[in-house]
Amino acid sequence: MVEDGQQRRKGASIEIAGLRKSFGDKIVLDGVNLGATPGESLVIIGGSGTGKSVLLKCILGLMPPDTGTILIDDVDMTNAPRSEREEVRDRCGMLFQGGALFDSMNVWRNITFALTRGRQRKSKEMRRIAVAMLEKVGLEERVADLRPAEISGGMQKRVALARAIAANPDLIFFDEPTTGLDPIRANTINHLIRNLTTGIGATALTITHDMESAKIIADRVAMLHEGRIIWSGPVDQLENSGNPLVDQFVHGRAK
Amino acid sequence: MMETLIQVFSRPGAAIIALFASIGRASIFAARAIWSAMRPPYYPIRLIEQLISLGYFSLPVVGLTALFTGAALAQQIYVGGSRFNAESTVPAVTVIAMVRELAPVLGGLMVAGRVSSAMAAELGTMRVTEQIDALKTLRTDPFQFLIAPRLFAGTIVMPLLVLVANAIGVLGGYILAVYRLGFNGANYLETTRAYLEWDDIVSSMVKAGVFGFLLALMGCYHGYHTEGGAAGVGRATTNGVVSAFLMILLANLIITVLVFG
Ligand SMILES: Nc1ncnc2c1ncn2[C@@H]1O[C@H](COP(=O)(O)OP(=O)(O)O)[C@@H](O)[C@H]1O
Ligand SMILES: [Mg+2]
Repeated sequence: MVEDGQQRRKGASIEIAGLRKSFGDKIVLDGVNLGATPGESLVIIGGSGTGKSVLLKCILGLMPPDTGTILIDDVDMTNAPRSEREEVRDRCGMLFQGGALFDSMNVWRNITFALTRGRQRKSKEMRRIAVAMLEKVGLEERVADLRPAEISGGMQKRVALARAIAANPDLIFFDEPTTGLDPIRANTINHLIRNLTTGIGATALTITHDMESAKIIADRVAMLHEGRIIWSGPVDQLENSGNPLVDQFVHGRAK
Repeated sequence: MMETLIQVFSRPGAAIIALFASIGRASIFAARAIWSAMRPPYYPIRLIEQLISLGYFSLPVVGLTALFTGAALAQQIYVGGSRFNAESTVPAVTVIAMVRELAPVLGGLMVAGRVSSAMAAELGTMRVTEQIDALKTLRTDPFQFLIAPRLFAGTIVMPLLVLVANAIGVLGGYILAVYRLGFNGANYLETTRAYLEWDDIVSSMVKAGVFGFLLALMGCYHGYHTEGGAAGVGRATTNGVVSAFLMILLANLIITVLVFG
């Protein structure tokens, strides 16, 4: 069932309305409205520190929002019974901006963690699955037995990506998947993410600063600025969005 | 005058209130960990790992502490006893003081120094590098996977360590009494055994179990709630150890007076 992560997924819908989150008196999210349909690839762009990572953590329930609703496949992720929320979360995968690999475990146990829920079982099969996942993110089998501390930052990122998708999630969050990778590796990852959505039907929500990457990955792009989504539209309108802030960001112009 | 008095006492007063508030929060934390361990998946390998790192690797520290303390204790009791012509009480008082008080308390403090700090630092690092968040996104409850095995290991291991510490502490007293104070070895052991009661051993084990639970709880609690990068991990480590020390000493007082008083 989990052989190579290629079977058809059913995707998931996301519906976010009026999401607010502050830390002390610092307002980070100030009424975010955003949605994605099953199988869609949504890319979120925006300057550093605008709350993109906070947004993902709120959606996943890792951080409680102050107000607002988050529906994933119509389950209210802030109010539904815990078991329902956990059921939804079990269908999600997440690549953290910093990787967040478990440094006490080797690479292949990291990758298959969600499949065993951290238990040491079916080791032979798990290692084989991990090696197949490694190949997908462009890493050799040799890496499987190393510890996260023994590989480079870019390799860690790719291992973390393999870990996020190993359990065949319907809904996948990628926080800056290509940051720290060279253009060739980045391209592999872009197409991998593209294939997870168009190819096999998962829903993806990706944060990136990399416009090349956005153009390959996205069906739709949304820009977060000062706590709100100030523009969203199909990726082919990104170049001529008519929004000066989006233009600045896309073309890398200073104000 | 009154104002300054209030000012002087308000700081420690606030600290004491904060202490009780955090005891409350830590209790909820502990209840959640125990509750989580009741349902599958179970992590026996995690428990064994913790038993080994907590128990086996604490043996040298606890053993040496008991040896030195037992010997010093015998010497002091000899000095004190000789003022009443009661030098013969050395074996009896040594074993009772060791088993009922010093082995569990000093053992607990030594293990807390080793283990509460290590737990706080490890979990704190996992928190600030988002590994704890990652666990949740990988279908795993951090309370089942990280916290419960540590709490159970602490509770199981400390009584065993203290049992060993009791024996080594008596041995320390024996060595000093026989080789320095001129006691007869066979008599010494005979008296030790005659005066040691079951009640003493039960008290020792109960204390050890409670201390083991508390020192693991304080390490986990502070580690789990770390915020603010490397500096935050440093603070969590310090708070983990200091609060474990305080909890052990407070629990010791309560158990000594109320339960075995
Ligand atoms: N746990 C936290 N506590 C306090 N402030 C936070 C926390 N997490 C994020 N922030 C603040 O929220 C803002 C947005 O952070 P983040 O979402 O990481 O930005 P980015 O868009 O670059 O991913 C930053 O100013 C950060 O300081
Ligand atoms: Mg970020």
